[in-house]
Amino acid sequence: MGTPSATGGYPAPLPDRSAGAGYLQHAPGYVLNDGPKLVTGRFVHEDSFTLERSVATGGYEGLRAALEMTPAAVHDEVRAATLLGRGGAGFPAGVKWGFLPPGKRPYYLVVNGDESEPGTYKDRLLMERDPHQLIEGCLIACYALGLQQCFLYVRGEMALAQERIAAALNDAYAAGYVGRGICGSDFSVDIVMAWGAGAYIVGEETALIESLEGRRGMPRLKPPYFPAAVGLYGQPTIVNNVETLSNLPWLMVNGSDAYKGHGSESSPGTRMFAVSGHLRRPGVYEVEHGVTTFRELIYGDNFCRGIREGHELKMFIPGGGSAPWFFEDHLDLPLEARPVGAAGSMLGSGAIVIMDDTTDAVRAAWRVVKFFARESCGKCTPCREGTTWLEQILRRILDGEGRPSDIDLLLDIGDNISPGPYPVAAHDGSEAVPFPPRQTTICPLGPSAVAPVVSTIRRFRHEYEAKITRRDPIPIEVVPVGASQ
Amino acid sequence: MTAVEPRATVEITVDGVAVEARPGEMLIAACERSGTYIPRFCYHPRMSPVGMCRMCLVEVDTGRGFGLQPSCMVPVSEGMKVSTDSDAAKKAQDGVLEFLLINHPLDCPVCDKGGECPLQDQTMAYGPGETRFVEEKRHFPKPIAISETVFLDRERCILCDRCTRFADEVAGDALIHFMGRGNHTEVNTFTDEPFASYFSGNTVQICPVGALTAAPYRFKARPWDLTETLSTAWVDSLGSRVAVQASRNRVLRVLGADADAVNWGWLSDKERFGFEALNSAERLSAPMIRDAVDGDSREFRQAGWGEALEAVADALRATSPERVAVLGGARLANEAQYMWAKLAKGVVGTDNVDAQLGDGLDPHLVLGLPRATIDDACRPGATVLLVGPDPKEELPTLYLRLRHAIVNDGVKLVEVTPHATGLSHLAAHSLRPSPGTTARLVAELVDAATGPVPPGGPSEIEAAARSLREAGDGVVVVLGRMSLAEPADIADAAARELSRLPSARFLPALRRGNLMGALEAGLAPGLVPGRTQLEDAGEGAPLVESWPRLPDSLGLDATSVLRAAARGDIDVLVLLGADPLNDFVDRDLAYRGLRGAACVVAVDLFVNDSASLAARAVLAAAGPTECDGTFTNVEGRVSIMSRKVTPPGTARADWMIAADLCERLEPGSTRGLDSPQAIRAELAQISRAHAPITEDALTQNPMEGVLLASPSGATGEAGGWRRSGRPTMGRSPVDRTEPATGPAGREDPLEELPEDGFLLVATRTMYDDGVMLRHCGSSRGLAPAATARINPADTDRIDIDVGTAVRVVSDFGHIEATLATDAGVPAGSLRVDWLAPGAPANALIAAATDVTVVSVEAR
Repeated sequence: MGTPSATGGYPAPLPDRSAGAGYLQHAPGYVLNDGPKLVTGRFVHEDSFTLERSVATGGYEGLRAALEMTPAAVHDEVRAATLLGRGGAGFPAGVKWGFLPPGKRPYYLVVNGDESEPGTYKDRLLMERDPHQLIEGCLIACYALGLQQCFLYVRGEMALAQERIAAALNDAYAAGYVGRGICGSDFSVDIVMAWGAGAYIVGEETALIESLEGRRGMPRLKPPYFPAAVGLYGQPTIVNNVETLSNLPWLMVNGSDAYKGHGSESSPGTRMFAVSGHLRRPGVYEVEHGVTTFRELIYGDNFCRGIREGHELKMFIPGGGSAPWFFEDHLDLPLEARPVGAAGSMLGSGAIVIMDDTTDAVRAAWRVVKFFARESCGKCTPCREGTTWLEQILRRILDGEGRPSDIDLLLDIGDNISPGPYPVAAHDGSEAVPFPPRQTTICPLGPSAVAPVVSTIRRFRHEYEAKITRRDPIPIEVVPVGASQ
Repeated sequence: MTAVEPRATVEITVDGVAVEARPGEMLIAACERSGTYIPRFCYHPRMSPVGMCRMCLVEVDTGRGFGLQPSCMVPVSEGMKVSTDSDAAKKAQDGVLEFLLINHPLDCPVCDKGGECPLQDQTMAYGPGETRFVEEKRHFPKPIAISETVFLDRERCILCDRCTRFADEVAGDALIHFMGRGNHTEVNTFTDEPFASYFSGNTVQICPVGALTAAPYRFKARPWDLTETLSTAWVDSLGSRVAVQASRNRVLRVLGADADAVNWGWLSDKERFGFEALNSAERLSAPMIRDAVDGDSREFRQAGWGEALEAVADALRATSPERVAVLGGARLANEAQYMWAKLAKGVVGTDNVDAQLGDGLDPHLVLGLPRATIDDACRPGATVLLVGPDPKEELPTLYLRLRHAIVNDGVKLVEVTPHATGLSHLAAHSLRPSPGTTARLVAELVDAATGPVPPGGPSEIEAAARSLREAGDGVVVVLGRMSLAEPADIADAAARELSRLPSARFLPALRRGNLMGALEAGLAPGLVPGRTQLEDAGEGAPLVESWPRLPDSLGLDATSVLRAAARGDIDVLVLLGADPLNDFVDRDLAYRGLRGAACVVAVDLFVNDSASLAARAVLAAAGPTECDGTFTNVEGRVSIMSRKVTPPGTARADWMIAADLCERLEPGSTRGLDSPQAIRAELAQISRAHAPITEDALTQNPMEGVLLASPSGATGEAGGWRRSGRPTMGRSPVDRTEPATGPAGREDPLEELPEDGFLLVATRTMYDDGVMLRHCGSSRGLAPAATARINPADTDRIDIDVGTAVRVVSDFGHIEATLATDAGVPAGSLRVDWLAPGAPANALIAAATDVTVVSVEAR
């Protein structure tokens, strides 16, 4: 649809990405703001990914601290810190570790570095900027659980992360941090890096395990519900997120009391949020967990500094592409899993997408649904057929070919993928339906595609109706990748 | 500690009605047994559930409130409440059905599945009348051939994973896969890797839509025009149960029937598509005779039955019994085999009868060994010792059962085979005796397994022996003839060694159709029906009353018959569906025997190569779908073979041909024997082994059939083996004119091997140049081209490149083949397929030698 404008399709000026605005040129997307830095502390150094810089700035000190304790004590420390999983479900890591059935060895640790939720790009930064911190975190987890084998699974598209991790692993092996007799102890671990072939669904832990085993990345059937019971190669497996493990070195050096000194009581520590969209200062922020609200994050001076010049907030996605959408009514909710879930959405993997009043609700919904239709693995019928059908109908409405029955059809297809009341955000006095949605599918991917449809029809039904009755197509511009940089 | 009694049943509530379910069974199966059918597409009771189609969603309450669950994935539990017709369940099912239909082409009027299609049935019953889908449907080129016989229409496919699961999980030939993802997911093969599986036809049968179709049935009929009868597959000795479907007096399709004890609904493609040969235009529709096999009058001419049978009867009358021989009989039904045994031994009076063609085992041994069933071999925790051919090639449905048992039920396989088999990668231990050393290796194995000192050594043979020892009395021996280049003596000696294994039971891996039935009916030298030795069949035996006479002396086996014929000592040689030229182990001897016999009479469906060479008369026989009868499989399981269509022209059932000849030679000898039932009754009367085979028993067990009495009876009496004493495990009483060197005769043939020599291994493949396969339209091209396979390490010994055309030469002949390497062939051996087109391996072998040494020459 025409040539991209000078602003790459943006109708308003691009945000200021200069160093003066807080961006680090060597860590694209990361914003260095004020506040405690538990996992991104090393990012200020341009060579933060090297072993030399890592060791010079306290790298592997957490591992040494752990090796002086018993494995059980390390586990207790993690449990005491209430370190919540950062992958989306927010389950306490220390409790998850306790699910390993005794005696069914070997156990495996699998690191979920398949960060692919639309809007999320925090793990990429952690893998690219500080791979040694991640490796150290893996080693601490392996020590605590008595594992000898760790698999580091990196998303297929993240070439730089793969490169940096591979180099870091080689250096760490050479320096004796990984391999046999780590740091002179009798503790030995092998870490193997594997990478995906570019499938969103592999972020789901059982699909990741399938992919790691060399098969198609398709979610496994439940039960068994947790890989801790039956995981990689049928053995008990702990799957942890990159950010979760990256917290361990700081935690081991400073202890669980210091860790709990940050954040709220129920969600201690810090959390990385990737905030994108129509903001003055979008980016990845390390934020104190549970004490910051959406309003502070979006409008605060220390954070995103508000919606771009001359525009208002229209809607936002609080937890990545699969979360039901929020509106201005929800700005005062804290950045914490439980209240967000009760309000009808999820905090998920910490991806917040801001859309201002220039955003066409139908088109935005179409774009997100298109993503899920493309990423459906094709295993179960409602998701394989339903997501594409939703996408085709939305596309048709945008093309000016909508039919009055389409709105009900969209909702009914959604109901056939996710039966019963769909989680919706409370607004206009309506009652919230808490997360998660129910599903006729094996995994939550199908229901995720329903979120933008239900969210936008609920709030912006008039936009759908206007398009259906007006029947003039809305051009869909193709913004070349990188044009908005 | 007291063990908790496992509960026999759990009680669940289905739509408000209490139902007893079996612990561990899936909800969908429990509901179906109690009369509530839950629609499904991906669920198949013989494969692991995948929960992909989501059609079987029902509301399940296990104490935390009702929620939608796929009933194929939920095992029943005590107190479970199920609602299969709640609004939520119906909405979910309707939704899934709509999703499946939106991209389905709805070309039912031209689809082969129309009329028997679960998707069509479900849509007719519950589906929406109109579609809400106005978008463009998904398109693929259609159909594409994914193998020689199977076509795939990806537009019709609903991605239920049945075919791909079957190929991977059941057949072990993971050649079809899901490709692409999301809405672009499709089933396909990889480039240049066709779905060349021996079991591909099963995917067509289990496809819940018309996505997979098979060449022999495409566009041939509509399901509502077909009539069906339950029968038994005839191409191998396992006796898989089949449903034969026909329309307008023509068999159009054969489907696997789910016999729990036998084939579980699966078939090999040869069993499934083999019926095509029966429809061949080249089938004999009338007797053919010629006055001479040389000279002016060597063309066959059609004759009336009266003329042809009288000519045969004249030839029989004109000679003495010991100058008459009958070879073959495995093609026949039990009743026909009995009638031919009666004709040959009881009327003509010759004992020169052999259903095997030098490629089997000592019948006395086979009939005397304690017998195992397939279920015994596949019992969880069992140990199976395979000393025989590759089951994947020769007993394909047994291969499927064994594979399932090994993969899923912890069955341990120890194999002693001349080269790698389809199960080698699953075997706990694989022993590869060089040709000629099988018996010695088996003896060592049995010694180690039964000796006073437990085997502790690291060698593979000791490890295998440990497995056998640990199995205790659970060992089932699948026993057959391995390489056809190794003489029968060695196979028989190995079998006798194995009979020393305490409480081992045996599953004979016999070649060719109803061979077990033939042996049980006495179509072997020295035997009469009822596993009775000829010498014991005299005074007082029930046989005497219905048989006019008995042979005066012991007869000859196939090898000796052919030798005698070559010497001019046989006047009438009857080929009962036999083709010695292609099937006998020594092609030269077969040729000389056929030419040396004064009058060769073939009873067959086609004029095979042997008949074409030498027969004076070919009597047109009815095929297996054209006459009633019963079949005996290797377990001794007798099941019904049903007539579905009429034979071509005046072709007659084999039993009728025998009965007619009996009457001509001995009027009154077949009084009352006017139907297969009457023949069965006479057989059950004179053979104690056949006593369980009553009409009632057959009617009551239409699927599983009825087992013959086992020879393993405590006194050796139960099977009616002998009136006195135990079964003889010794050598057949038949005189072998030129016995081959005994198993211990040579130390190690490998040591005497010339520098560029190889020991020949010849084994059968599923597809070969046999007369039936030559007439199977869609399978004809599947016989692999002649290949000489050697171990990769042996390529240094010869100065010939792999992949080039070579001549394999022995002292007795040569064949042409392509040289290939195969790590599954032991060093020093050279493997050829038995009957590759244009390269009969029996041209290399002489019946009298114990090992066949061959060399390879460039050509």
